[in-house]
Amino acid sequence: MTHLSTDVLIVGAGGAGMYAAIVAARSGASVLLLDKSLVGRGGATIMAQMTVAAAIAQQEPDHWTLHLADTIEAGRGMCNEELSAILCEEGPARILEMDEWGARWAREEGHIKQVKAPGHSRCRCCYVDFLNTGPAVAATLRRQVSNMDAIKRLSNIAVTDIVVDGGRTVGAVGLELVSGDVITFEAGAVILAAGGLTKLFRRNSASTNMGGEAYALALRAGAELVDMEFVQFFPIAHLAPRLVGMDPIMWDPFRYKLGGKLLNGNFEEFIHSYGGSDAGKYTTVRDQASYAILKEVEAGRGSPHGGVYLDFRHVPELELRQAVGPVIDRLLTNGIDLTKMPVEVGPMAHYHMGGVRVNSRMATRVPGLYAAGEAVGGANGANRLSGNAITEAFVFGKRAGRFAAEEALRTKSAWNAKYAAEEVEQARTLRQGHEGSDVTPVELQGELKDLMWENVGPFRTGEGLAKALVRIREMKHRDFADLSISREKYFNLDIQDWFELRAMLTTAEAVVMAALARNESRGAHQRLDFSGSDASLLKNQVLELENGRLTASWAPVVCSSVKVEPV
Amino acid sequence: MSKGAKQDTTALRVWRGCPDQQERYDTFHVPFEEGMSVLDALCWVRSHVDPSLAVRYSCINANACKTCMALVDGEVEYTCTARLKRPMVTVEPLPKRPVIRDLVTDTAPEEEKLQGAVREAP
Repeated sequence: MTHLSTDVLIVGAGGAGMYAAIVAARSGASVLLLDKSLVGRGGATIMAQMTVAAAIAQQEPDHWTLHLADTIEAGRGMCNEELSAILCEEGPARILEMDEWGARWAREEGHIKQVKAPGHSRCRCCYVDFLNTGPAVAATLRRQVSNMDAIKRLSNIAVTDIVVDGGRTVGAVGLELVSGDVITFEAGAVILAAGGLTKLFRRNSASTNMGGEAYALALRAGAELVDMEFVQFFPIAHLAPRLVGMDPIMWDPFRYKLGGKLLNGNFEEFIHSYGGSDAGKYTTVRDQASYAILKEVEAGRGSPHGGVYLDFRHVPELELRQAVGPVIDRLLTNGIDLTKMPVEVGPMAHYHMGGVRVNSRMATRVPGLYAAGEAVGGANGANRLSGNAITEAFVFGKRAGRFAAEEALRTKSAWNAKYAAEEVEQARTLRQGHEGSDVTPVELQGELKDLMWENVGPFRTGEGLAKALVRIREMKHRDFADLSISREKYFNLDIQDWFELRAMLTTAEAVVMAALARNESRGAHQRLDFSGSDASLLKNQVLELENGRLTASWAPVVCSSVKVEPV
Repeated sequence: MSKGAKQDTTALRVWRGCPDQQERYDTFHVPFEEGMSVLDALCWVRSHVDPSLAVRYSCINANACKTCMALVDGEVEYTCTARLKRPMVTVEPLPKRPVIRDLVTDTAPEEEKLQGAVREAP
């Protein structure tokens, strides 16, 4: 069996993981950077077609405290203000650092161009044209990472378990997807940068390879999760006509560059009836827009595919071309002519506000275990502002890299192969194959995604959530134990899906438990049986595994009076 | 797939094999709707007919991760953007890359492979 040793082990090589790797290596640590897809190719960062928010004040006067105020307001009282403040204060330095590294932010008149995305009080959102922000920042970080000798990159490795001894992180167990071989890693510190959980939902917009693994790994290692009920549904994701080659959430930049009308199935504007003020501009924040769209659908005023129409027919073609350039042609090859037809849009699972509970050093309560990027919970409260996700990847990635390196360099690894024995044995057992029920892991994943979309989606009820919880526990304790696993040696997808599903079920249970206990509607958590927020529930939910059982408790919201250590 | 859309089918002819197996072509009949991608059809096969079919993708459908490349009717394409056609589409692994299994080929850069890390380890 292969065994590798490093100071800092990073799980996930998207924006946060790559940033963490660069900073950990600069801090003098050896780094192993792992991704279950290809380094810098999988995950959510590369899918970000939109903007990155930071108060660099190049477009107009701005200050990070204004960004913070906007972030906290959007978060509906639930933000961990210490983390939000870090995000907003350190964002500008990261954007400028990325600029030095060649990210090619769009410019005008000699400065970085910044636009105003919904919920921001200033023009502070940077981007790379056209709809190329994610691929451009991923490529920039990939170049930096590959120039550093202290970073060893490994693609096709799925980490299935964090190895802990005596309450301390000592390494991890992974699966090499091509050969199916099990690998053990010993490390002074581990950073979870494996993104969010959009794969739990049938309708989702990000990469399909994030099934909440970061959260499940954290729980199993003994760390806590926070705010798991707050899943962000992107309101105007593309539903129809069928569009290939583009991210379904691509319509956002169209809207803030060009306006674009949201119309219900009867071709009437409707956002204003729900307290939003759209009027051709794009100012309604995400949770409000999702709510309005699904209410229209519920009232029988939806479009044929269960959403609403987004209409640009009032915008002259020349203006369309100036705003989004060659994207117009990519749409035409999909049979979509915006000058002649509206498209259908609706909410999809897009991002997770909740996640691993960390302090300002990105450290979990398990010594040696850190988190970065979307895997971290709390900075965005109950609703994330557009543009904060990539900023959070950079900022939290840098902090996690710095503090994990510090920890790893002053801690001697206490690895012993016996700590990993159980998980290694699990992987070996799966390689023998299993002729269980007729159900394969991918089929059970499919059922889970439908169950989550129908009962734990943008609108929830106590009844639906309770039903989902019962079925998830049944899947976990009954169906999961008897799945059919093939004995294919190379690239065995049943085994890959099995580990992914194990994480998905753990994370799904956490989301549903938290959603069921929050008897109010707040931000992205909308309960049809509890309209409006309840001031007595202005507190966070913390989840942990106790003797294999998931438990939830309440904790006060962290306010921003704490002095944060600069990096 | 939309409700009420005309349900039709097409044939998906897929190369199967790996280094220690006899190669063959399997033909699957899959639901067809105008605009579907080849990857949509491959995923449908995995979920409904044969979960052992090896395909790889990450971003699904956004042309961002580049991991789904294969030969579609003889041309190198991203299966996430190649359109499904009637009456048949043939999908084969990339010709100039070592085959891992079925449509999955070895596209990881050399320096990102486990073997390299093991050699370098003291």
